[in-house]
Amino acid sequence: MTPSVDQIWAWLDTIPDPEIPVITLVDLGIIRGVEQDGDEFVITVTPTYSGCPATAVINMDIENTLRQKGVKNLRLERRLSPAWTTDWLPEKGRAALEEYGIAPPQVAGGPTRCPRCHSENLEKTSQFGSTPCKALWKCKDCLEPFDYFKCI
Amino acid sequence: MERSDLIAEFLLRMGDNTLILSHRVSEWCGHAPVIEEDIALANTALDLIGQTQLWLGLAGELEGKGRDADKIAYHRDAWDFRNALLVERPNGHFGETLMRQFLFDAWHILMLRGLLTSTELRIAEIAEKALKEVTYHLERSRDTVVALGDGTPESHAKMQGALDRLYPYVGELFHSDAVDKALAEAGIAPDPADLREAYDAYLATTMAEATLNIPDDRFAHLGGRSGKHTEHLGYILADMQFLQRAYPGATW
Repeated sequence: MTPSVDQIWAWLDTIPDPEIPVITLVDLGIIRGVEQDGDEFVITVTPTYSGCPATAVINMDIENTLRQKGVKNLRLERRLSPAWTTDWLPEKGRAALEEYGIAPPQVAGGPTRCPRCHSENLEKTSQFGSTPCKALWKCKDCLEPFDYFKCI
Repeated sequence: MERSDLIAEFLLRMGDNTLILSHRVSEWCGHAPVIEEDIALANTALDLIGQTQLWLGLAGELEGKGRDADKIAYHRDAWDFRNALLVERPNGHFGETLMRQFLFDAWHILMLRGLLTSTELRIAEIAEKALKEVTYHLERSRDTVVALGDGTPESHAKMQGALDRLYPYVGELFHSDAVDKALAEAGIAPDPADLREAYDAYLATTMAEATLNIPDDRFAHLGGRSGKHTEHLGYILADMQFLQRAYPGATW
């Protein structure tokens, strides 16, 4: 039986981001479309950062997951424009990030509060962090260093 | 020149700039003064290599001879590279690397903004993607240049020295040749000469904040964009291309 487009979305929403496993690929906002073209499903994916090494792993995870679910005809397409923005992170993704200890992106360009103690007394350590999508910050109250998901 | 040849030349100029600068910046990996800077430099190099894959990947696709970005990067010799001489300059000290990055980023952002309206849709799409990353690079390189320029007497002297050494390589970024004129006429890319005014204004503001003096002499070393390079590029390629030259076609 051919699954519905909604079913494909639901399966994609179970695939964890390879570097931040508490959020799914759908939470990350990089799945730009699921379309049915005859008996083939076309999944459109946009990269977060152009050089992000997780992109190749993400494509492989999508293929593997959907094939395991019995989707035989599958094509992945890359779309560059509109360029990925952290505005596409849904509320549940943002909440999951904070729960995990990563401050979610803010339009103001920096975290609003420490993900651990919620203090607003914060300091930037570095504009870059352990992955292209994160920056390093520190809480000046609980002294905990933490990742901030950059807003782009 | 045919439109397709113009585009091919342009893609090499963009992709070779990001490729060679990425390689230079990656040479810092494991050597930066503090770990945060090490990570920042590696991240910058990673963004630039990602952009290289987009530019050179498109070049290979449009060429239609089965070359991918890797083949174009690894299977050419120095005279086929089209990067500006600035990006092949040696790293020097940490401040000099960040000064080179700033001088490049400030040009890069203006070029990418101009490309958003390119008549070549796929070029505009890559520019849109790269622009977000480069905005971040410029923010950081600018902050660092200001902090070190307006820092201690020693850091100030080192940054002034870096600017004096690198400034003669800035002019090439804005020197238009016949290819640039044709690209501008076809609406594919802005004429680099038209970007100079905005660049100069930005440079003046930043250097004033950094308490550094921009050299009066606007002499410019030229040649990189037409394949005439300094000796440094050969050494970069010897390192970067070693594996593919020793074991052609090797994969992970």
